[in-house]
Amino acid sequence: MLRISALVALVAAIFAVVVAGASGGATSHQTGSQASFPVTIVASNGKVTVARKPRRIVSLSPTATESLFAIGAGVQVVAVDDQSDYPKSVPKTSLSGFTPNVEAIASYRPDLVLIAYDPKGLSDALARLGITVVHQDGAKSFKGAYQQIRQLGLVTGHESEATRLVGRMRSKIAAIVAAARRAGRGLSVYHELTPDLYSATSKTFVGKVYEALGLRNIADAADSAGFGYPQLSAEYVVSVSPDVIVLADTVCCGQKSSTVAARPGWDRISAVRTGSIVRIDDSIASRWGPRLVNFFRAMSSALARLRQ
Amino acid sequence: MTVAAERAADVRARGLTPIWACSAVGFLLVSLAVGVLAGPVDLGVGGVLESAAARLHVPGASTPLSPTEEAILWEIRVPRVVLAALVGAMLALAGATYQGVFRNPLADPYLLGVAAGAGLGATIAIAYLPEGLRGQRALPVAAFVGGAVAVMLTYAVGRSARRERDAATLVLAGVTVAAFFTAWQTFVQQQNAETLQQVYSWILGNIPNTGWSDVVLILPYVAVATVVILALRRVVDVLSLGDDEASTLGVDVRRVRLALVVAATLGTAAAVAVSGLIGFVGIIVPHAVRLLSGVGYRALLPLSVIIGAGFLVLADVIARTALSPAEIPLGVVTAFFGAPFFALVLRTTRGGVS
Repeated sequence: MLRISALVALVAAIFAVVVAGASGGATSHQTGSQASFPVTIVASNGKVTVARKPRRIVSLSPTATESLFAIGAGVQVVAVDDQSDYPKSVPKTSLSGFTPNVEAIASYRPDLVLIAYDPKGLSDALARLGITVVHQDGAKSFKGAYQQIRQLGLVTGHESEATRLVGRMRSKIAAIVAAARRAGRGLSVYHELTPDLYSATSKTFVGKVYEALGLRNIADAADSAGFGYPQLSAEYVVSVSPDVIVLADTVCCGQKSSTVAARPGWDRISAVRTGSIVRIDDSIASRWGPRLVNFFRAMSSALARLRQ
Repeated sequence: MTVAAERAADVRARGLTPIWACSAVGFLLVSLAVGVLAGPVDLGVGGVLESAAARLHVPGASTPLSPTEEAILWEIRVPRVVLAALVGAMLALAGATYQGVFRNPLADPYLLGVAAGAGLGATIAIAYLPEGLRGQRALPVAAFVGGAVAVMLTYAVGRSARRERDAATLVLAGVTVAAFFTAWQTFVQQQNAETLQQVYSWILGNIPNTGWSDVVLILPYVAVATVVILALRRVVDVLSLGDDEASTLGVDVRRVRLALVVAATLGTAAAVAVSGLIGFVGIIVPHAVRLLSGVGYRALLPLSVIIGAGFLVLADVIARTALSPAEIPLGVVTAFFGAPFFALVLRTTRGGVS
């Protein structure tokens, strides 16, 4: 029983990272010049002041890692956690963001630590060592995701690059949505997190992508508790016969079109018959960083194929 | 077994009365009917019956269901009901067997470390197998191997204590092995945090939607285990008197216990391999049968098979319909109803049950 309750706590914590809204507030320093320190931002761990441009950043958040390298702050990063795998050149270590060891983090002598999850008072412990911590919870909306990137720009001295990146993301996504929305309108989508049919509703960050494309998310009907990640029953998925299936369990669980088609009864599903099965890298579908654009692109080309 | 042993068992244990046999079978049939008729998709009683008639080649019968509904009924729902029945029967039978063999009313099928071993096997498969092999098919095999290895280790540890006639030694060895395997599993999990969700849903227990393939996978183990245990059911009554008593009555205690434990364990490992850890079925079903009917093991064991099958089919109906179209992990359903019952068992058996 002890083991199960410990597991429940851990999994709840992991879900919390994904579910919890971006509580980061508005940035307070918007003055144009690059590298105007000190800067103060409001992140998930409250008001954080960064005294000078950080030179030794440790990122325990795979999303933040992607953003840092996308805004040119990669050279300041000395270590990333074991889940940060993009871009390829990141200084990957065995540091863990889920079961972090304060001493191991401190041994990199960081002047800034980025986290997406704050277990067992991690940020307090680092603060006692005089290390600045920015905690950015899982974003719940595109706006929240953009805000996190801009905050990272501010605290690393790359404000203008961050603003430009957000601008590029916004315009690319707007273009994709404008082109694909007509193709997607009215179609139903099933987003698969695990082969035992855990899914994500429109309330979740990934659900917002489908919402933006005008797709109808079949998981919404199954989420009476409002948790966002219900486990669907197989009978239900087969009977509503979604037009598009998105597999976000390709890396973890080796799912692909053929394994989906081989499931009992699934050969009758519309998406399986038309081949509208989108395989998306698990990590792209579970992060809220710059590769959000890739996700939109994969969806739009699948929708375009479907309408041909 | 000698005539004297049979007589001694008869003195303590009441046999199977027709009333209990009929009500148990009736309960199972009702459960199966509910299991096939109820689901997140409403197929209608008439639709299901006519479809079944068509499948059985009843002259003039044709199915009113669409091809999709046919697939839902025959490829998803019916195999799931059958699988739930097999798993429930096996867990209840193994639990009842352990309770008799170890003379411990709280013994459950996971007593000798099979759950911890299967958990480790499943976790290793999820964490380390290459992507191509990692699908749903490799998991039950790894869990089965892990469970079997854990119980073999338990037996080896118990024997090395050189007090192998003492059932309590074996139970302690099981606790030891389970602790070791659980620690190992937690370590592997912690090193591979991304596998947590999968391992977690396996631990909560579920009847998978794998169609007939899992039924075929575990049927041989469940069938063999059931036949072996039911053939020895009168000896379990004798064993429950105590090792010395059983010996004087001419039972080869060591050999019979080994046969029973191996059969129960193999069956449990097969059940756990496909369904994960479903708690309490192995405890509440035998106790419910015993409390209600007051029978000895020779009747309790077959009744547990039937009632266990029906119970888990009904629990699975709750799991897939209560929050429809979402699912509740089956282990949560059985524990939710099992835990209060277990508390009751603890209260009413304070005077000693065996």
